[in-house]
Amino acid sequence: MNRFEQELKNNNFICSECLKCKKLVWPPSEYCNKCFGKVIWRPISRNATLLEYSSRNGEYFCIAELEGQIRIMGTIQNVSELQIGENMILEKCDYDGSEKFIFKLKKD
Amino acid sequence: MRRVGIASSGLTKFTKNEIPLESLMVSSIKPIFDNARNLTQKDIDVVLTSTNANEKYLANIVSELSGISPKISHSVESLCNSGTNCIVSAFAYISSGLADVALVVGAERSNSPGLVFGWDKSRGQYKHPIYWSSLFTGAHMRKYGTTMDDLAHVSVKNHHNALDNPYSYFERSYSFEDVMQSKSLTDNIRLLDCSMSCSGAASILLASENIIRKFTEDPVWIKGIGQKSISAGFTKNNDLSSMESTSLASSDAYMMSHSSPSDIDVAELHDAFSICEIMALEDLKLVERGQGSTYVKNLYETNDKKINPRGGLIGTGHPLGATGIAQTIEMYQQLKGTSGKRQVDGAKTALVHNMSAAATSSTVLILQS
Repeated sequence: MNRFEQELKNNNFICSECLKCKKLVWPPSEYCNKCFGKVIWRPISRNATLLEYSSRNGEYFCIAELEGQIRIMGTIQNVSELQIGENMILEKCDYDGSEKFIFKLKKD
Repeated sequence: MRRVGIASSGLTKFTKNEIPLESLMVSSIKPIFDNARNLTQKDIDVVLTSTNANEKYLANIVSELSGISPKISHSVESLCNSGTNCIVSAFAYISSGLADVALVVGAERSNSPGLVFGWDKSRGQYKHPIYWSSLFTGAHMRKYGTTMDDLAHVSVKNHHNALDNPYSYFERSYSFEDVMQSKSLTDNIRLLDCSMSCSGAASILLASENIIRKFTEDPVWIKGIGQKSISAGFTKNNDLSSMESTSLASSDAYMMSHSSPSDIDVAELHDAFSICEIMALEDLKLVERGQGSTYVKNLYETNDKKINPRGGLIGTGHPLGATGIAQTIEMYQQLKGTSGKRQVDGAKTALVHNMSAAATSSTVLILQS
Protein backbone atom coordinates (compact mmCIF):
# COMPACT_ATOMS: atom_id res chain seq x y z
CA MET A 1 0.00 0.00 0.00
CA ASN A 2 1.47 3.39 -0.95
CA ARG A 3 1.25 6.62 1.06
CA PHE A 4 -1.90 7.82 -0.70
CA GLU A 5 -3.71 4.54 -0.14
CA GLN A 6 -2.56 4.31 3.49
CA GLU A 7 -3.85 7.83 4.17
CA LEU A 8 -7.19 7.02 2.52
CA LYS A 9 -7.46 3.99 4.76
CA ASN A 10 -6.99 6.36 7.72
CA ASN A 11 -9.80 8.58 6.36
CA ASN A 12 -7.38 11.25 5.13
CA PHE A 13 -7.68 12.54 1.56
CA ILE A 14 -4.31 13.93 0.51
CA CYS A 15 -2.98 14.98 -2.84
CA SER A 16 0.33 16.10 -4.29
CA GLU A 17 0.88 19.83 -4.73
CA CYS A 18 3.66 21.43 -6.75
CA LEU A 19 6.17 23.39 -4.65
CA LYS A 20 6.98 25.60 -7.64
CA CYS A 21 3.64 26.48 -9.30
CA LYS A 22 1.27 25.34 -6.49
CA LYS A 23 -0.83 23.22 -8.86
CA LEU A 24 -2.69 20.30 -7.29
CA VAL A 25 -1.62 17.19 -9.17
CA TRP A 26 -4.52 14.76 -9.36
CA PRO A 27 -4.25 11.81 -9.45
CA PRO A 28 -1.14 12.09 -7.24
CA SER A 29 2.19 11.83 -9.02
CA GLU A 30 5.92 12.12 -8.39
CA TYR A 31 6.19 15.40 -10.30
CA CYS A 32 3.96 18.31 -11.25
CA ASN A 33 2.21 17.59 -14.57
CA LYS A 34 2.36 21.27 -15.49
CA CYS A 35 5.99 22.24 -14.76
CA PHE A 36 7.65 19.00 -13.56
CA GLY A 37 8.37 20.73 -10.25
CA LYS A 38 8.79 18.77 -7.02
CA VAL A 39 5.59 17.98 -5.14
CA ILE A 40 4.61 17.59 -1.51
CA TRP A 41 1.60 15.89 0.03
CA ARG A 42 -1.10 18.09 1.51
CA PRO A 43 -4.59 17.48 2.88
CA ILE A 44 -7.51 18.38 0.64
CA SER A 45 -10.51 20.34 1.88
CA ARG A 46 -13.49 18.06 2.52
CA ASN A 47 -15.93 20.58 1.02
CA ALA A 48 -17.30 19.31 -2.29
CA THR A 49 -19.71 20.35 -5.03
CA LEU A 50 -22.05 17.87 -6.73
CA LEU A 51 -21.46 17.82 -10.51
CA GLU A 52 -23.54 14.84 -11.65
CA TYR A 53 -25.19 11.78 -10.10
CA SER A 54 -27.08 8.60 -10.79
CA SER A 55 -28.11 5.59 -8.73
CA ARG A 56 -27.86 1.82 -8.71
CA ASN A 57 -30.11 -0.37 -6.57
CA GLY A 58 -31.19 2.70 -4.62
CA GLU A 59 -27.61 3.83 -3.84
CA TYR A 60 -26.56 7.19 -5.23
CA PHE A 61 -23.17 7.63 -6.87
CA CYS A 62 -21.78 10.89 -8.20
CA ILE A 63 -18.95 13.02 -9.48
CA ALA A 64 -17.98 15.74 -7.05
CA GLU A 65 -15.41 18.51 -7.23
CA LEU A 66 -13.08 19.53 -4.40
CA GLU A 67 -11.05 22.73 -4.20
CA GLY A 68 -12.39 23.61 -7.66
CA GLN A 69 -9.92 21.21 -9.27
CA ILE A 70 -10.13 17.64 -8.07
CA ARG A 71 -12.99 15.52 -9.38
CA ILE A 72 -13.76 12.14 -7.86
CA MET A 73 -16.55 9.58 -8.01
CA GLY A 74 -18.13 8.47 -4.77
CA THR A 75 -21.23 7.41 -2.91
CA ILE A 76 -23.80 9.82 -1.46
CA GLN A 77 -25.39 8.49 1.68
CA ASN A 78 -28.75 9.16 3.30
CA VAL A 79 -30.39 11.21 0.55
CA SER A 80 -33.67 11.04 -1.33
CA GLU A 81 -33.36 14.18 -3.50
CA LEU A 82 -30.34 15.81 -5.07
CA GLN A 83 -29.61 18.94 -7.06
CA ILE A 84 -26.61 19.62 -9.28
CA GLY A 85 -24.32 22.18 -7.67
CA GLU A 86 -25.30 21.20 -4.13
CA ASN A 87 -22.69 21.53 -1.40
CA MET A 88 -21.48 18.28 0.12
CA ILE A 89 -18.90 17.07 2.60
CA LEU A 90 -16.48 14.24 1.96
CA GLU A 91 -17.58 12.27 4.99
CA LYS A 92 -15.27 9.30 4.68
CA CYS A 93 -12.41 7.91 2.58
CA ASP A 94 -11.19 4.36 2.61
CA TYR A 95 -9.06 1.93 0.65
CA ASP A 96 -9.64 -1.81 0.37
CA GLY A 97 -7.88 -2.48 -2.93
CA SER A 98 -10.07 0.22 -4.47
CA GLU A 99 -10.42 3.87 -3.46
CA LYS A 100 -13.68 4.71 -1.68
CA PHE A 101 -15.16 8.17 -1.22
CA ILE A 102 -18.40 8.74 0.70
CA PHE A 103 -20.20 12.08 0.64
CA LYS A 104 -23.12 13.53 2.53
CA LEU A 105 -25.09 16.68 1.86
CA LYS A 106 -23.86 19.75 3.71
CA LYS A 107 -26.42 21.18 6.11
CA ASP A 108 -26.45 24.96 6.37
CA MET B 1 3.36 11.77 -47.65
CA ARG B 2 2.27 8.75 -49.68
CA ARG B 3 -1.38 7.77 -49.99
CA VAL B 4 -2.39 4.67 -48.00
CA GLY B 5 -5.25 2.40 -48.95
CA ILE B 6 -7.04 -0.71 -47.75
CA ALA B 7 -6.50 -3.73 -49.99
CA SER B 8 -8.10 -6.65 -48.13
CA SER B 9 -9.83 -7.66 -44.91
CA GLY B 10 -10.79 -10.65 -42.78
CA LEU B 11 -13.09 -11.30 -39.83
CA THR B 12 -14.03 -14.13 -37.50
CA LYS B 13 -17.49 -14.54 -36.12
CA PHE B 14 -17.88 -12.88 -32.73
CA THR B 15 -18.71 -15.48 -30.05
CA LYS B 16 -18.36 -16.25 -26.38
CA ASN B 17 -15.96 -19.12 -27.16
CA GLU B 18 -12.65 -19.06 -25.28
CA ILE B 19 -10.37 -19.58 -28.27
CA PRO B 20 -6.60 -18.87 -27.89
CA LEU B 21 -5.83 -15.34 -29.02
CA GLU B 22 -3.31 -16.33 -31.67
CA SER B 23 -5.80 -18.83 -33.14
CA LEU B 24 -8.42 -16.10 -33.41
CA MET B 25 -5.89 -13.83 -35.10
CA VAL B 26 -4.73 -16.39 -37.65
CA SER B 27 -8.36 -17.22 -38.48
CA SER B 28 -8.92 -13.58 -39.46
CA ILE B 29 -5.64 -13.42 -41.43
CA LYS B 30 -6.50 -16.31 -43.74
CA PRO B 31 -9.30 -14.38 -45.52
CA ILE B 32 -6.83 -11.51 -46.10
CA PHE B 33 -4.90 -13.83 -48.45
CA ASP B 34 -8.11 -15.31 -49.90
CA ASN B 35 -9.46 -11.84 -50.71
CA ALA B 36 -6.30 -10.20 -52.13
CA ARG B 37 -4.90 -11.18 -55.49
CA ASN B 38 -1.17 -11.93 -55.82
CA LEU B 39 -0.53 -11.44 -52.09
CA THR B 40 2.23 -13.57 -50.59
CA GLN B 41 3.75 -13.52 -47.14
CA LYS B 42 6.90 -11.92 -48.59
CA ASP B 43 4.92 -8.81 -49.57
CA ILE B 44 4.17 -7.91 -45.94
CA ASP B 45 6.67 -5.49 -44.33
CA VAL B 46 4.79 -4.77 -41.10
CA VAL B 47 2.66 -6.87 -38.75
CA LEU B 48 0.90 -5.00 -35.95
CA THR B 49 -1.34 -6.66 -33.37
CA SER B 50 -4.08 -4.98 -31.36
CA THR B 51 -5.31 -6.45 -28.10
CA ASN B 52 -5.82 -5.74 -24.41
CA ALA B 53 -4.71 -9.25 -23.50
CA ASN B 54 -1.46 -9.49 -21.57
CA GLU B 55 0.27 -11.50 -24.26
CA LYS B 56 3.98 -11.17 -24.94
CA TYR B 57 5.60 -10.96 -28.38
CA LEU B 58 2.21 -11.46 -30.00
CA ALA B 59 2.98 -9.80 -33.36
CA ASN B 60 5.95 -12.11 -33.78
CA ILE B 61 3.95 -15.18 -32.78
CA VAL B 62 1.22 -14.34 -35.27
CA SER B 63 3.82 -13.59 -37.95
CA GLU B 64 5.45 -16.97 -37.45
CA LEU B 65 2.08 -18.77 -37.50
CA SER B 66 1.28 -16.97 -40.77
CA GLY B 67 4.67 -17.57 -42.40
CA ILE B 68 5.51 -13.86 -42.42
CA SER B 69 8.96 -12.43 -41.61
CA PRO B 70 8.19 -8.71 -41.28
CA LYS B 71 10.62 -5.82 -40.98
CA ILE B 72 8.53 -4.29 -38.20
CA SER B 73 6.26 -6.14 -35.77
CA HIS B 74 4.79 -5.11 -32.44
CA SER B 75 1.58 -4.77 -30.47
CA VAL B 76 -0.52 -1.65 -29.92
CA GLU B 77 -2.70 -1.30 -26.83
CA SER B 78 -5.02 1.59 -26.05
CA LEU B 79 -8.03 -0.11 -24.42
CA CYS B 80 -11.13 0.03 -26.64
CA ASN B 81 -9.59 2.04 -29.49
CA SER B 82 -6.52 -0.20 -29.78
CA GLY B 83 -7.73 -1.28 -33.22
CA THR B 84 -7.82 2.13 -34.85
CA ASN B 85 -4.64 3.16 -33.01
CA CYS B 86 -3.03 0.14 -34.67
CA ILE B 87 -4.34 1.24 -38.09
CA VAL B 88 -2.99 4.75 -37.50
CA SER B 89 0.46 3.32 -36.66
CA ALA B 90 0.45 1.18 -39.81
CA PHE B 91 -0.65 4.21 -41.84
CA ALA B 92 2.31 6.18 -40.48
CA TYR B 93 4.80 3.46 -41.38
CA ILE B 94 3.49 3.33 -44.95
CA SER B 95 2.90 7.02 -45.60
CA SER B 96 6.41 7.83 -44.34
CA GLY B 97 7.97 5.37 -46.76
CA LEU B 98 9.31 3.07 -44.06
CA ALA B 99 7.11 0.25 -45.35
CA ASP B 100 4.83 -0.58 -48.30
CA VAL B 101 2.46 -3.21 -46.94
CA ALA B 102 1.14 -3.63 -43.39
CA LEU B 103 -1.05 -6.32 -41.88
CA VAL B 104 -3.08 -5.07 -38.89
CA VAL B 105 -4.61 -7.80 -36.72
CA GLY B 106 -6.86 -7.25 -33.71
CA ALA B 107 -8.38 -9.80 -31.36
CA GLU B 108 -9.83 -10.15 -27.91
CA ARG B 109 -11.39 -12.80 -25.73
CA SER B 110 -14.57 -12.15 -23.79
CA ASN B 111 -12.76 -12.21 -20.44
CA SER B 112 -10.33 -9.46 -21.49
CA PRO B 113 -8.36 -7.65 -18.78
CA GLY B 114 -9.20 -4.43 -20.64
CA LEU B 115 -12.82 -4.44 -19.49
CA VAL B 116 -12.13 -2.54 -16.26
CA PHE B 117 -9.56 0.26 -16.04
CA GLY B 118 -8.06 0.00 -12.55
CA TRP B 119 -5.54 2.86 -12.72
CA ASP B 120 -8.13 5.63 -12.57
CA LYS B 121 -8.17 6.57 -8.87
CA SER B 122 -10.69 9.32 -9.51
CA ARG B 123 -13.37 6.71 -10.28
CA GLY B 124 -13.14 5.45 -6.70
CA GLN B 125 -15.05 2.19 -6.32
CA TYR B 126 -17.02 2.91 -9.52
CA LYS B 127 -14.54 1.55 -12.05
CA HIS B 128 -16.94 -0.52 -14.15
CA PRO B 129 -17.93 1.29 -17.40
CA ILE B 130 -21.65 1.33 -16.53
CA TYR B 131 -20.94 4.10 -14.01
CA TRP B 132 -19.33 6.62 -16.36
CA SER B 133 -21.95 5.85 -19.00
CA SER B 134 -24.69 6.42 -16.44
CA LEU B 135 -23.24 9.84 -15.56
CA PHE B 136 -22.94 10.74 -19.27
CA THR B 137 -26.55 9.68 -19.73
CA GLY B 138 -27.75 11.74 -16.76
CA ALA B 139 -25.90 14.83 -17.98
CA HIS B 140 -27.26 14.48 -21.53
CA MET B 141 -30.80 13.95 -20.25
CA ARG B 142 -30.52 17.03 -18.03
CA LYS B 143 -29.14 19.28 -20.78
CA TYR B 144 -31.09 18.08 -23.82
CA GLY B 145 -34.13 16.23 -22.45
CA THR B 146 -32.96 12.83 -23.71
CA THR B 147 -35.29 10.05 -22.56
CA MET B 148 -35.12 6.32 -21.89
CA ASP B 149 -37.20 5.88 -25.08
CA ASP B 150 -34.46 7.70 -27.03
CA LEU B 151 -31.82 5.33 -25.67
CA ALA B 152 -33.95 2.32 -26.59
CA HIS B 153 -34.11 3.43 -30.23
CA VAL B 154 -30.32 3.12 -30.48
CA SER B 155 -30.32 -0.43 -29.16
CA VAL B 156 -33.30 -1.67 -31.22
CA LYS B 157 -31.87 -0.13 -34.41
CA ASN B 158 -28.39 -1.56 -33.94
CA HIS B 159 -29.58 -5.02 -32.97
CA HIS B 160 -31.82 -4.95 -36.06
CA ASN B 161 -28.91 -3.92 -38.31
CA ALA B 162 -26.75 -6.71 -36.84
CA LEU B 163 -29.22 -9.33 -38.13
CA ASP B 164 -27.70 -8.79 -41.59
CA ASN B 165 -24.14 -9.12 -40.26
CA PRO B 166 -23.04 -12.78 -40.37
CA TYR B 167 -20.12 -12.05 -38.00
CA SER B 168 -22.28 -10.58 -35.25
CA TYR B 169 -22.45 -12.10 -31.77
CA PHE B 170 -26.19 -11.38 -31.50
CA GLU B 171 -28.39 -13.36 -33.88
CA ARG B 172 -31.81 -12.08 -32.83
CA SER B 173 -33.71 -8.84 -32.87
CA TYR B 174 -34.99 -7.01 -29.80
CA SER B 175 -38.22 -5.03 -29.76
CA PHE B 176 -38.61 -1.59 -28.25
CA GLU B 177 -40.44 -3.24 -25.33
CA ASP B 178 -37.61 -5.80 -24.91
CA VAL B 179 -35.10 -2.96 -24.44
CA MET B 180 -37.37 -0.87 -22.23
CA GLN B 181 -38.00 -3.87 -19.97
CA SER B 182 -34.47 -5.28 -19.93
CA LYS B 183 -32.70 -5.45 -16.59
CA SER B 184 -31.90 -2.07 -15.03
CA LEU B 185 -28.21 -1.75 -14.19
CA THR B 186 -28.46 1.87 -12.99
CA ASP B 187 -31.40 4.26 -12.96
CA ASN B 188 -30.71 5.16 -16.63
CA ILE B 189 -28.76 2.17 -18.06
CA ARG B 190 -30.43 -1.12 -18.96
CA LEU B 191 -28.73 -4.35 -19.98
CA LEU B 192 -29.69 -3.88 -23.64
CA ASP B 193 -28.20 -0.36 -23.64
CA CYS B 194 -24.76 -1.98 -23.21
CA SER B 195 -22.37 -3.49 -25.72
CA MET B 196 -21.38 -7.06 -24.92
CA SER B 197 -17.81 -8.21 -24.40
CA CYS B 198 -17.07 -11.18 -26.64
CA SER B 199 -14.33 -13.07 -28.46
CA GLY B 200 -13.43 -12.23 -32.04
CA ALA B 201 -10.77 -11.08 -34.47
CA ALA B 202 -10.46 -8.68 -37.39
CA SER B 203 -7.62 -8.11 -39.86
CA ILE B 204 -7.00 -5.47 -42.47
CA LEU B 205 -4.29 -5.07 -45.11
CA LEU B 206 -2.95 -1.58 -45.81
CA ALA B 207 -0.66 -0.73 -48.72
CA SER B 208 0.96 2.29 -50.31
CA GLU B 209 -0.36 3.82 -53.51
CA ASN B 210 2.80 2.52 -55.21
CA ILE B 211 1.88 -1.12 -54.80
CA ILE B 212 -1.77 -1.43 -53.74
CA ARG B 213 -3.12 -2.25 -57.22
CA LYS B 214 -1.05 -5.41 -57.24
CA PHE B 215 -3.52 -6.69 -54.61
CA THR B 216 -6.85 -5.08 -55.56
CA GLU B 217 -8.49 -3.19 -58.42
CA ASP B 218 -10.56 -0.96 -56.17
CA PRO B 219 -8.70 0.19 -53.07
CA VAL B 220 -10.37 2.31 -50.40
CA TRP B 221 -8.22 5.23 -49.25
CA ILE B 222 -7.64 6.44 -45.72
CA LYS B 223 -7.99 10.15 -46.33
CA GLY B 224 -8.31 11.59 -42.85
CA ILE B 225 -7.08 10.70 -39.36
CA GLY B 226 -7.80 12.43 -36.08
CA GLN B 227 -6.68 11.07 -32.76
CA LYS B 228 -6.89 12.87 -29.43
CA SER B 229 -6.27 11.98 -25.79
CA ILE B 230 -7.69 14.32 -23.16
CA SER B 231 -6.49 12.24 -20.22
CA ALA B 232 -6.56 8.73 -18.82
CA GLY B 233 -8.88 9.53 -15.94
CA PHE B 234 -12.62 9.88 -16.62
CA THR B 235 -13.14 12.95 -14.48
CA LYS B 236 -11.03 15.23 -16.72
CA ASN B 237 -13.83 15.38 -19.34
CA ASN B 238 -15.19 18.85 -18.53
CA ASP B 239 -18.73 18.61 -19.92
CA LEU B 240 -20.31 15.24 -19.25
CA SER B 241 -22.93 15.77 -21.96
CA SER B 242 -20.29 15.64 -24.71
CA MET B 243 -17.08 13.79 -25.55
CA GLU B 244 -14.34 16.36 -25.99
CA SER B 245 -11.77 13.97 -27.45
CA THR B 246 -14.23 12.88 -30.16
CA SER B 247 -14.99 16.44 -31.12
CA LEU B 248 -11.30 17.37 -31.38
CA ALA B 249 -10.31 14.19 -33.22
CA SER B 250 -13.08 14.67 -35.78
CA SER B 251 -12.00 18.24 -36.51
CA ASP B 252 -8.50 16.98 -37.38
CA ALA B 253 -9.88 14.15 -39.51
CA TYR B 254 -12.20 16.44 -41.47
CA MET B 255 -9.36 18.90 -42.04
CA MET B 256 -6.88 16.24 -43.19
CA SER B 257 -9.40 14.72 -45.61
CA HIS B 258 -10.64 18.11 -46.89
CA SER B 259 -14.16 16.96 -46.09
CA SER B 260 -16.99 18.09 -43.85
CA PRO B 261 -19.71 16.32 -41.86
CA SER B 262 -22.16 16.80 -44.74
CA ASP B 263 -19.90 14.64 -46.93
CA ILE B 264 -20.28 11.57 -44.71
CA ASP B 265 -22.48 8.95 -46.38
CA VAL B 266 -22.11 6.17 -43.82
CA ALA B 267 -20.48 5.84 -40.39
CA GLU B 268 -19.59 3.35 -37.70
CA LEU B 269 -19.82 4.99 -34.27
CA HIS B 270 -18.53 3.65 -30.96
CA ASP B 271 -21.83 2.85 -29.26
CA ALA B 272 -20.33 1.21 -26.18
CA PHE B 273 -23.62 2.30 -24.56
CA SER B 274 -26.75 3.74 -26.18
CA ILE B 275 -25.94 7.28 -25.02
CA CYS B 276 -22.55 7.11 -26.80
CA GLU B 277 -24.15 6.92 -30.26
CA ILE B 278 -26.32 9.96 -29.53
CA MET B 279 -23.38 11.94 -28.14
CA ALA B 280 -21.02 10.86 -30.95
CA LEU B 281 -23.47 12.06 -33.62
CA GLU B 282 -23.35 15.49 -31.97
CA ASP B 283 -19.60 15.55 -31.26
CA LEU B 284 -18.77 14.46 -34.81
CA LYS B 285 -20.98 17.35 -35.99
CA LEU B 286 -23.17 14.97 -38.00
CA VAL B 287 -26.13 16.66 -36.26
CA GLU B 288 -26.61 19.81 -34.20
CA ARG B 289 -26.08 19.57 -30.43
CA GLY B 290 -29.19 18.16 -28.78
CA GLN B 291 -30.47 16.63 -32.04
CA GLY B 292 -28.82 13.20 -31.70
CA SER B 293 -31.88 11.49 -30.23
CA THR B 294 -34.27 12.83 -32.88
CA TYR B 295 -31.86 11.78 -35.61
CA VAL B 296 -31.57 8.22 -34.24
CA LYS B 297 -35.35 7.95 -33.90
CA ASN B 298 -35.69 8.84 -37.56
CA LEU B 299 -33.09 6.23 -38.57
CA TYR B 300 -35.00 3.67 -36.49
CA GLU B 301 -38.40 4.54 -37.96
CA THR B 302 -37.19 4.62 -41.58
CA ASN B 303 -34.84 1.61 -41.36
CA ASP B 304 -32.03 3.89 -42.52
CA LYS B 305 -28.67 2.13 -42.15
CA LYS B 306 -26.43 5.19 -42.44
CA ILE B 307 -25.24 4.92 -38.83
CA ASN B 308 -23.81 1.61 -37.62
CA PRO B 309 -24.99 -0.57 -40.52
CA ARG B 310 -23.11 -3.64 -39.20
CA GLY B 311 -24.92 -3.19 -35.86
CA GLY B 312 -22.35 -1.12 -34.02
CA LEU B 313 -20.88 -2.44 -30.80
CA ILE B 314 -24.32 -2.98 -29.25
CA GLY B 315 -25.56 -5.22 -32.05
CA THR B 316 -22.31 -6.89 -33.11
CA GLY B 317 -20.50 -7.36 -29.80
CA HIS B 318 -17.34 -5.70 -28.54
CA PRO B 319 -14.11 -7.73 -28.66
CA LEU B 320 -12.03 -4.73 -27.55
CA GLY B 321 -8.84 -5.12 -29.61
CA ALA B 322 -10.77 -6.16 -32.73
CA THR B 323 -13.53 -3.56 -32.59
CA GLY B 324 -11.84 -0.60 -34.29
CA ILE B 325 -10.60 -2.83 -37.09
CA ALA B 326 -14.02 -4.48 -37.54
CA GLN B 327 -15.61 -1.01 -37.71
CA THR B 328 -13.09 0.00 -40.39
CA ILE B 329 -13.73 -3.20 -42.35
CA GLU B 330 -17.45 -2.40 -42.44
CA MET B 331 -16.74 1.04 -43.88
CA TYR B 332 -14.26 -0.49 -46.38
CA GLN B 333 -16.96 -2.91 -47.56
CA GLN B 334 -19.57 -0.15 -47.72
CA LEU B 335 -17.31 1.93 -49.98
CA LYS B 336 -16.59 -1.09 -52.18
CA GLY B 337 -20.34 -1.77 -52.41
CA THR B 338 -20.00 -5.30 -51.02
CA SER B 339 -22.04 -4.98 -47.82
CA GLY B 340 -25.01 -6.95 -49.16
CA LYS B 341 -28.21 -6.28 -47.21
CA ARG B 342 -26.35 -3.72 -45.07
CA GLN B 343 -25.30 -1.65 -48.08
CA VAL B 344 -25.91 2.10 -48.02
CA ASP B 345 -26.43 2.91 -51.68
CA GLY B 346 -23.88 5.15 -53.33
CA ALA B 347 -21.61 5.56 -50.31
CA LYS B 348 -18.44 7.44 -51.31
CA THR B 349 -17.18 8.81 -47.99
CA ALA B 350 -17.25 6.93 -44.68
CA LEU B 351 -16.34 7.72 -41.09
CA VAL B 352 -15.08 5.46 -38.29
CA HIS B 353 -15.33 6.60 -34.66
CA ASN B 354 -13.57 4.48 -32.03
CA MET B 355 -12.90 5.59 -28.44
CA SER B 356 -11.52 4.44 -25.12
CA ALA B 357 -12.08 4.69 -21.40
CA ALA B 358 -15.11 6.98 -21.14
CA ALA B 359 -14.07 8.90 -24.25
CA THR B 360 -10.85 10.09 -22.65
CA SER B 361 -9.35 9.31 -26.06
CA SER B 362 -10.89 9.01 -29.51
CA THR B 363 -9.84 8.07 -33.01
CA VAL B 364 -11.68 9.20 -36.14
CA LEU B 365 -10.87 7.84 -39.60
CA ILE B 366 -12.34 9.12 -42.86
CA LEU B 367 -12.27 6.74 -45.80
CA GLN B 368 -13.05 7.37 -49.46
CA SER B 369 -13.48 5.09 -52.45
